[in-house]
Amino acid sequence: MDQPLKELGDHIVQATAGAVTNCSVRLGELMLECPPGKLLALLAFLRDDPKCLFKQLIDICGVDWPEREKRFDVVYNLLSLKNNQRIRIKVMTDESTPVPSAAPVYSAAGWFERETYDLYGVWFSDHPDLRRILTDYGFEGHPLRKDFPLTGFVELRWDDVQKRVVYEPVKLTQEFRRFDFLSPWEGAQQVLPGDEKAQPAAKTS
Amino acid sequence: MSDVEIKTLTMNFGPQHPAAHGVLRLVVEMDGEIVERCDPHIGLLHRGTEKLIEYKSYLQAVPYFDRLDYVSPMNQEHAYALAVEKLLGITAPERGQYIRVLFAEITRILNHLLNVTTFAMDTGALTPPLWGFEQRELLMEYYEQVSGSRMHAAYFRPGGVHQDLPDGMLDSMDGWIKQFIPFLKDIEKLLNDNRIFRQRTVDIGVVSAEQALDWGFSGPLIRASGIPWDLRKSQPYDVYDRMDFDIPLGKTGDCFARYLVRIEEMYQSVRIMEQCITALRKVGGPVRVDDRKLSPPRRGEMKGSMEALIHHFKLYTEGYKVPAGETYTAVEAPKGEFGVYLVSDGTNKPYRCKIRAPGFPHLQALEMMTKGHQLADMSANIGSLDIVFGEIDR
Repeated sequence: MDQPLKELGDHIVQATAGAVTNCSVRLGELMLECPPGKLLALLAFLRDDPKCLFKQLIDICGVDWPEREKRFDVVYNLLSLKNNQRIRIKVMTDESTPVPSAAPVYSAAGWFERETYDLYGVWFSDHPDLRRILTDYGFEGHPLRKDFPLTGFVELRWDDVQKRVVYEPVKLTQEFRRFDFLSPWEGAQQVLPGDEKAQPAAKTS
Repeated sequence: MSDVEIKTLTMNFGPQHPAAHGVLRLVVEMDGEIVERCDPHIGLLHRGTEKLIEYKSYLQAVPYFDRLDYVSPMNQEHAYALAVEKLLGITAPERGQYIRVLFAEITRILNHLLNVTTFAMDTGALTPPLWGFEQRELLMEYYEQVSGSRMHAAYFRPGGVHQDLPDGMLDSMDGWIKQFIPFLKDIEKLLNDNRIFRQRTVDIGVVSAEQALDWGFSGPLIRASGIPWDLRKSQPYDVYDRMDFDIPLGKTGDCFARYLVRIEEMYQSVRIMEQCITALRKVGGPVRVDDRKLSPPRRGEMKGSMEALIHHFKLYTEGYKVPAGETYTAVEAPKGEFGVYLVSDGTNKPYRCKIRAPGFPHLQALEMMTKGHQLADMSANIGSLDIVFGEIDR
């Protein structure tokens, strides 16, 4: 099942000469990695090459890895109706480096990029209309980043005196609780206090 | 006569408008009755589903999928269940798969009934929604019988479905199908040759095949533009490869073609339902995987077995761990391709769960479809796009 995908991956790596930095097939899905500078050329190639014909842009989304230097993955999912194949392209970026907008290649990219910008704060250069899309008018921050708290920073209510909706800092009557349910037998390293016999076996370095 | 400069008028449509199908706010620039530009403002129903899912275990994330597109809940659970199953490397047992396909098709009929009838209402017909909602009510009773809930079922779980069908349900479904076909014919009689309905939909919002591809269309919309594409045929999941059904195609790509495609899809869904019912009479066995590390034990078992009690407790607190990896899994939801891009880091909670809703790119194309049309045609276009804000805003 993976063989045609591998062949397709090899074909793309060879034909695009250095645009693809990594190509892998996992769980029956083909994934390419690409530097931001060569993204547009790669997308146009994938759309028009007779062996690829990925005519449809299915999705663009971000993934946040805060511990990495380039913390964001921008993930493009493409679909080829002709060959009945899917492909995934990943571009790494950080908060300040823009990724070229795919809107000239696929019209559908416009809103997907607006959404990625809104939720993650990834910049897209030459985007026709890079505004927030899902969050409130005048919203601050990028809610799907891992360092954005689940409860957010502001809450809003109707103020009867001012006759308008007002924003206030979030007030929680009980602090947000997050339980670590990971099993103590496999997850946390638990050392019993005063258990000297266990020390040599545990070898805590 | 001197030239008169006509200024365009900027108009606000929605967010509270019956033809907006939810909370759609459109900022429309009008030149008289002609739409020059329309800018959809979405996000009024944004609930942060993707963020919430990152804080829940894999099982706890299931009900969020009901609340995305609240007109076709089970298809979305289906996409999520398949994605988690792919990462876990399991497949649901045969009977579970048949039940899932049966209910996915029931959901498709539920969705198309709502869309076709309210679309008719947008263009001025009041009878179809009154008739169609009665049928929807009957179907939602099946939902209630299997899951205890009329809409937000949480019935498809990773590894199968939650419970087996109750006794007598298949017979009752046979009866429902018998009365549904004449009902659908009646709806067609009301609308197909209806002069007003045709005037409002034929040649309105024409989308060519190239445009449909470029704008990321899927589902009935891409088929109405003449592209034979259906994930149930091309990338079959569960037991769709054993089903015998046809894919209706539109020729013109206008609102009327989209309506016709949806009507025909309902007939095809009934065909799939019939095949599932026949198969379910023969296929026995479990409805979810028989792995105690993934699916909870029966209640009766828990009364006597300590092991079962521990498994139950662990599954409903810690949940199960999913091996690290990522997948994009898509199903043919009634509105189009509904996909879940799931990234797991090996813990019991999803690291990232991106929901690819079909309505999102469809609504994006509204401006392209509506430019140059009259204002009244815009509501016909919105109706034919089949948008629900639960999935677009997420």
